[in-house]
Amino acid sequence: MAVRSKEIEERSALVVNPAKTCQPIGAMYAALGINKCLPHSHGSQGCCSFHRMHLTRHFRDPIVASTSSFTEGASVFGGRSNLMTAMKNVFNIYDPDVVAINTTCLSETIGDDIGSMVAGMDIPEGKTIIHASTPSYVGSHITGFSNMVQAMAKQLAETTEDDGTNGKINIIPGFVDPGDMREIKRITKIMGIPFIMFPDTTGVVDSPITGKYEMYPAGGTTVEKIKDAGNSKSTIALGSFASAEGAFELDRKCDVPPNVLKTPIGIKATDEFIMQLVKMTGKEVPYALEEERGQLVDIMTDTHYHFHGKKAAIFGDPDIVIALTELALSLGIEPTYVLTGTPDNSFEEEVEEMLAGAGVEGKVKAGGDLFELQQWIKNESVDLLLGNTYGKYIAKEKDIPLVRVGFPILDRSVHSYLPIVGYRGAMRLIEKISGALLDREDREATEEDLELVM
Amino acid sequence: MIENVLENLLDAYPAKTMRNRKEHMVVKEADEEKPSIEANQRTIPGIMTNRGCCFAGCKGVVLGPLKDVVHIVHGPIGCSYYTWGTRRHKGKTKEGEKNFLNYCFSTDMQDSDIVFGGEKKLKQAIDEVVELFDPDAITITATCPVGLIGDDINSVAKAAQKEYGIPILGFDCEGYKGVSQSAGHHIANNELMEHVVGTKEKETKKYPINILGEYNIGGDGFEIARVLEKIGYEIVSIMTGDGTLEDIKESHSADLNLVQCHRSINYIAEMFEEKYGIPWLKVNFIGPKAMSKSLRNMAKYFGDEELIQRTEKVIAEEMEEIKEPLAKYRELCEGNTACLFVGGSRAHHYQNLFREIGIEPVLAGYEFGHRDDYEGREVIPEITKTADDRNIPDLEVEKDEKRYRLRLSKERYKKLKEEMPLGDYEGMIKEMDNGKIIIDDLNHYETEVLLNALKPAVFGSGIKDKYVAQKMGIFSKQLHSYDYSGPYAGFKGAVNFARDISAGINTPTWSHITPPWKNEPEIEGKLRGAI
Repeated sequence: MAVRSKEIEERSALVVNPAKTCQPIGAMYAALGINKCLPHSHGSQGCCSFHRMHLTRHFRDPIVASTSSFTEGASVFGGRSNLMTAMKNVFNIYDPDVVAINTTCLSETIGDDIGSMVAGMDIPEGKTIIHASTPSYVGSHITGFSNMVQAMAKQLAETTEDDGTNGKINIIPGFVDPGDMREIKRITKIMGIPFIMFPDTTGVVDSPITGKYEMYPAGGTTVEKIKDAGNSKSTIALGSFASAEGAFELDRKCDVPPNVLKTPIGIKATDEFIMQLVKMTGKEVPYALEEERGQLVDIMTDTHYHFHGKKAAIFGDPDIVIALTELALSLGIEPTYVLTGTPDNSFEEEVEEMLAGAGVEGKVKAGGDLFELQQWIKNESVDLLLGNTYGKYIAKEKDIPLVRVGFPILDRSVHSYLPIVGYRGAMRLIEKISGALLDREDREATEEDLELVM
Repeated sequence: MIENVLENLLDAYPAKTMRNRKEHMVVKEADEEKPSIEANQRTIPGIMTNRGCCFAGCKGVVLGPLKDVVHIVHGPIGCSYYTWGTRRHKGKTKEGEKNFLNYCFSTDMQDSDIVFGGEKKLKQAIDEVVELFDPDAITITATCPVGLIGDDINSVAKAAQKEYGIPILGFDCEGYKGVSQSAGHHIANNELMEHVVGTKEKETKKYPINILGEYNIGGDGFEIARVLEKIGYEIVSIMTGDGTLEDIKESHSADLNLVQCHRSINYIAEMFEEKYGIPWLKVNFIGPKAMSKSLRNMAKYFGDEELIQRTEKVIAEEMEEIKEPLAKYRELCEGNTACLFVGGSRAHHYQNLFREIGIEPVLAGYEFGHRDDYEGREVIPEITKTADDRNIPDLEVEKDEKRYRLRLSKERYKKLKEEMPLGDYEGMIKEMDNGKIIIDDLNHYETEVLLNALKPAVFGSGIKDKYVAQKMGIFSKQLHSYDYSGPYAGFKGAVNFARDISAGINTPTWSHITPPWKNEPEIEGKLRGAI
């Protein structure tokens, strides 16, 4: 049904078509980035089911997680007994190395103290339990991801080396796809820099088909490596919303200096990431990377006229949206609407500064929803939508091309395997965006205006 | 052999879990007349169940498909978000109708609402919905924290209903209630029965019917309605696929209730009978044979010779149209086996369709079924209520003296009951062959073990299992969402189903799983120089 009202009424209570979801799913995704880890949802069965379903739809891979299966009784008397039974069954039946417990709005509301419950538990030899508090009524799924990463740092990382360093750097990749994590690792590797990435969902949620099901595929950061992150020289947190807290925790606990950067989407953010690696290690940038960069600039120059002056609406998760805004500006696209569902004013400040720097006038909102974006677009349309699958209702109604980027992508495939970060990720985004814009031009061209060469 | 597999499977469980799970599995034996199975019990914490929660059953399943209603979810954002557009209950907007299916509404409770209460925010959200969307009705569904902090959504709803003059219904369907989605179906349906059914009168035409427990996944309801209307039935209301609250208001004026999903709605069908005198007939619209049988039963129920003739004509026409394509796909599917784990009815309904394309179901189970869905309604008196059941309020209805109308004489009812499942359902197990496995609330570990042991050609389940099976090289068909295809119901739907199953079993991709170098590792031919 079409939106009747163009007039934008201020809403103080109602969210319509959210641009965020709740904390536990982010915590579950982060936990899957630990080798042989079973995420555990301490709450009603439905939470765990919803989160597994949604992650499975995005990744098209098995997503394992267990639940405390709260009943009405547990909700009244507390979830301790459920958690005890659950852990017994989990270690006996599913045999993970690590269990990462996240709370839910239910267990948070009744005040279950997971820390003390775990402390009183008989954990099998060689097994580990970590836990994060992830109330659904605070922040968003990105907050949940950040909280679970912070829990990894706080509950696993240790300083054990005598001289305080293992010679490695830590990289916290943020809430990105495994394809992005692979690319970040590739760049760091060809720079010749030893590193620990956590969480790392490569090889877990993009595992190959072999004819044999592995409940815990080979991927993910081992507990040993996360422990060792306390000995690293420095931490790079990619994306302040998803990764900064983890880096700060490593600083507090183990004196590992934090460096918070943008998610490396687009040329500028990738340059900054590589410059940071250079500054931290003194390594030279190899020709292979310089070549990639040169190719990217070549492409950007060759195609700038496809993008110049085009107006875009960008929406999704804050770290991705901030970086996409910078990429759009670097191509000459004007991001006139920039919106995230995650509530935090620093998002608005950062994006507004970027837009002001480029002389673009745009509306920016944190804690917004897609109904508001739809109303903005209804008043003044754009040429392009950049965001997740939920943008398709707006795309359909207003007949605007939607390039799917971010989380979740439920109606297209392959996105989780290939990067949007780094120079090669930028090439891929340019291919997608120009493809969408030019397909539209071809579709709308009159017979005499249809161009063979563009 | 099967018994051994089950025994070994159970051995891996801790003792208490083992005893529990054992009760939920049965191998159908020839000499055992009435196999019994445990169902609708709590899932043990830590077990990776496929089950969802009460909220999912209430808002996600039963209320969600009602398209003319704004569904406000009162709670943190997630519950509303995950039930937004994910269940494929399609709904066409008719002239002059409102349709909010593509929208998602939430009060997005924050920590301050948890501490100080969310009633004010809920009221404000209702005001904003009315102002912006002007719906004909609103539902408010409760999520876990709502009940815990004591928000009274019903009194907020009542006051707002008075203020705005439209139905505003509150549903206490907190996720922790009951043991699965099933509790939510009850809460939703009971309230529709109590507050919506019978609130508007209608002049019906010939053969007015309701379809209960049909949710129009992938357009199933569209296909069923096409055939029923072709025969000449008037569909008064559908609970709830492609449905409207407006139609449900008039549903008491039908002369027959068809029950498709027995699990989610059989008790409502009983209430219709008690209150308004409308008998119900268990139908199965999945698979051409089952569909034809159901249509014939319906015609016989009304007993009108013209309707019977017309039914036969339509069946013949439809069967003729699908004969050739169905035979073609059958050839590609024949001789295979299937495992089914889905729903509270589908694991039964789809067995017929699988058999029609030459695939033998060897294992079947429900995610949230009750014993009567397995063993038939005759077992209902034996089922004892658990504490979890007692937390779901019962609805008692009385005869509506003004509107109660006997549709059939007692004699005719009795006679028809002998010929068709009138007011009856015989359950899944009776239709299964000996030696086949029935498992309730199948979990991740059991799925893995049994798929490895049985190696079916197809596993009909949901999204959480799908890729587990496929990593093993077993095609998995989502029978909740149809993998975004459909309709699968009715005559034409059967062809879609057969096409998709044959594509899934026979896709060339399976042949590439093993890389060629794993099969032929030797060096062959002449090579120049050293490698």
